Amino acid sequence: MNFCSQGNYDNMTNPNEPDIVAFCCHYSAYAWSQDLQNLPRLGFPENVRLEILPCSGRISIIRLLKAFEQGADGIYVAGCKDDTCHNVRGSRIAKKRVDYVKNVFDQLNIEPERIEMFMISREPNRGFIEAAKEMTMRIKKLGPSPLKGK
Amino acid sequence: MIVGQRKPIQEIIGMLKGIKNILILGCGGCATVCSAGGEKEVEILASIIRIDRKKKGGPVETKEKTLARQCDTEYLEELKDEVDKYDAVLSMACGVGVNFLADMYPKTIILPALNTSFMGVSEEQGVWSERCAGCGNCVLDKTGGLCPVARCSKHLLNGPCGGSQNGRCEINPDIACVWQLIYDRLKGLNQLEKLQEIFPMKDWSSSLHGGPRKIVREDLTL
Repeated sequence: MNFCSQGNYDNMTNPNEPDIVAFCCHYSAYAWSQDLQNLPRLGFPENVRLEILPCSGRISIIRLLKAFEQGADGIYVAGCKDDTCHNVRGSRIAKKRVDYVKNVFDQLNIEPERIEMFMISREPNRGFIEAAKEMTMRIKKLGPSPLKGK
Repeated sequence: MIVGQRKPIQEIIGMLKGIKNILILGCGGCATVCSAGGEKEVEILASIIRIDRKKKGGPVETKEKTLARQCDTEYLEELKDEVDKYDAVLSMACGVGVNFLADMYPKTIILPALNTSFMGVSEEQGVWSERCAGCGNCVLDKTGGLCPVARCSKHLLNGPCGGSQNGRCEINPDIACVWQLIYDRLKGLNQLEKLQEIFPMKDWSSSLHGGPRKIVREDLTL
């Protein structure tokens, strides 16, 4: 399992797999955070690099943009379900910031699907793993970031 | 404060065509308060410009800086030793800052990243609205502190017009009829008699109609 040190999103993963940076709130990742090293065994794609935030609402637009600028093929934020966010509206705030970056990508003729917000139940379930798998499949279809090789 | 918003990204990218070394200059005054051109927004715009250039395979150097204000000589002077290093300065201040930069650095290309919108207030997080039109001849003592010049769609001084419906403006139902607000406020203050006074024709020469304005305070000049 790979972790980003804050602000450093240089690829450390297999170059043949899409490089995906995931910003996950402590609560939606909590069920797995006790045993993160075992995630690959449970089907969590190894190409997804995790950054755990105290709350998804802590994500900033610039961190999302910099992750992309520094080489990520895809980015996602995983937070609590809208109505059960531990910090009341953290995941709603995170979604607005993801939407802002989607709009920026659209204006730059970059596929907005390269960034996504997932709202995941805080109860132990596979949503945390499924979001990573869905994003990996999506980015595989889209191909490498248009910034690669430029 | 002066409220502005960032121009569409493609418009900014268009004006930076062929420019390789850019100073993106934020303003710590109103542009920061209205979340349009402060330190945070400078960082975001610089990243967007770099992403665009990287995608197109074009080189770009971006320097990010935010001055306390861009409407005072003392802060703009901070640039005097470095401004020649850049192909252009992209100002994230209001139009005042852009103008003053251009006045002060005649050999440097100065570009605006914001559209300056109005003088207004922050109603709630993320919502701003106009309150003053800067007409240069304030009538607020007669209208309960609410401005018909800035807040009436027709700038009527003897309102309301016939289009005031249920307290809303006929031009834009999203906004309140300011003459209804004036009436309600003066009634609450027991000052309805103020509405008996008819405003004469307004002298607009103190507004933009009189040309660019200037104030000289002899008590302050050195």
